[in-house]
Amino acid sequence: MRNRMKLELEAWPENEGFARVAVAAFITSLNPTMEEISDVKTAVSEAVTNAVIHAYEEKGGTIVIRCDLEGELLHMEIEDFGKGMENVEQAMEPLFTTRPDLERSGMGFAFMEAFMDGLEVESEPGKGTTVIMEKKLGSAPWVDSEE
Amino acid sequence: MEEAYKVIDHYLMIRLPEEIDHRSSSEISRRADHLILDKDVSHVVFDFSDTKFMDSSGIGVLAGRYRKISCFGGKVYVIHADSRIRRILKMSGLTNLVEIME
Repeated sequence: MRNRMKLELEAWPENEGFARVAVAAFITSLNPTMEEISDVKTAVSEAVTNAVIHAYEEKGGTIVIRCDLEGELLHMEIEDFGKGMENVEQAMEPLFTTRPDLERSGMGFAFMEAFMDGLEVESEPGKGTTVIMEKKLGSAPWVDSEE
Repeated sequence: MEEAYKVIDHYLMIRLPEEIDHRSSSEISRRADHLILDKDVSHVVFDFSDTKFMDSSGIGVLAGRYRKISCFGGKVYVIHADSRIRRILKMSGLTNLVEIME
């Protein structure tokens, strides 16, 4: 079965929690493990927070989240129309941050990479950024309780 | 209700909220720094008992407080962190800076 959803929200810090919960609720039909739900929530949180802080510099703007479920595969795109990035590769390096003043750890993309199965970032200065992530759900090794 | 921020013998004890994200982390850092300056705090203990979610914003809170107090010989402790929180701390290299207790 194929299922999809699209969510458009304002880039306020207040909506970061909502975005996590909305995506988590959407994927429950696949019976994901608690671990997988946490993985997806963390990835959503990182991408949306990036849009709020970096793309729109906490002045608000539009964030679009698109999720596509096909079989066990979640395909998710988180798009903003903010300031974009000159150097995506550098932004994705662990511990790299442009906002040490806000105590950002520079671990956002590293977390998305670690908790999802695939990560791609498209960005154009002045146009915006799209973070594309994939994750296979319901893939946790089956544990035999009798063993 | 039990106070989430307590200072006992130069130890600042912080009972962290259920969700540590961009929104809650700036408030935690602000309140912690105020007490560190005001109440002669040497060490900070982060209690994760209630925490069910943390993203990379939490790393900034711990690393930031570490930077503030370590130059005066202070230590940062983490207590009651579940396996996921521990994994996140490890991924960020924080396990080399903070003491993780059972």
